[in-house]
Amino acid sequence: MVAENIAFYLMAAAMVGAAVRLVTTKNVVRAALFLAIVLGATAGMFILLAAEFVAWVQVLVYIGAVVVLLLFGVMLTRAPIGKESALDNDNRWTAAVVSVFLLGALATMLSDAFGSQEISFGRIQRTADVSDAIFGTYVIPFEVASVLLLAALVGAVALARRD
Amino acid sequence: MMLNQFLMLAAVLFCIGVYGVLARKNAVLVLMSIELMLNAVNINLIAFGAFRDNVIGQVFSLFVIAIAAAEVGIGLAIVLLIFRNRANIDLDQADLMKG
Repeated sequence: MVAENIAFYLMAAAMVGAAVRLVTTKNVVRAALFLAIVLGATAGMFILLAAEFVAWVQVLVYIGAVVVLLLFGVMLTRAPIGKESALDNDNRWTAAVVSVFLLGALATMLSDAFGSQEISFGRIQRTADVSDAIFGTYVIPFEVASVLLLAALVGAVALARRD
Repeated sequence: MMLNQFLMLAAVLFCIGVYGVLARKNAVLVLMSIELMLNAVNINLIAFGAFRDNVIGQVFSLFVIAIAAAEVGIGLAIVLLIFRNRANIDLDQADLMKG
């Protein structure tokens, strides 16, 4: 239990630090690398929560595909690779106030609602159980998601092609 | 482990993502902040799944991951189109719909 908590707080500190740098850094490529840190630590959190399959999907899809896609976006839009001061707009203080108030509201609500609930890890959830749920109870949402991915693929090609 | 430590972490990440969406001008950075928010939601789903001792949280977070991948593909295509038409991706200057 202690080792789990140490791992949790190390990864949580890395995630929050990298996330703050992600929204404040002046370098677009570094922002993508900070995003990769946050996503990798999230995969670690999933392993702490005994969800190994989702953790590896997270690594494959997010770190393997989404971050690379975002770096391609940086490259194709010729964003400035070095330091750049014009990445933020004028609403920085309003945005900070909004997000701090939102955090306060969420934290109050969460500590009221789930004050001292423990996660007990009773039955072990195997990947076979996840696949049974996806291809059994949730097969229609699964099919809809695959059609959505196809539509997104066609839409992305149709939007981005040059003619 | 407490349920609340995961929920609080997700809340902090979500609020940082909100800040990024509101304060950034570069469209690619806004997309990155949206990924941060979706990630916070995934942590919530997995934590509640472990808390309630069933797999539905994992199933839903897999759907969220799939939809986030589709969203970032379409989003980058739109950003590319904005770049091609206006030669920059400052969201402040994309104000054609302003009255």
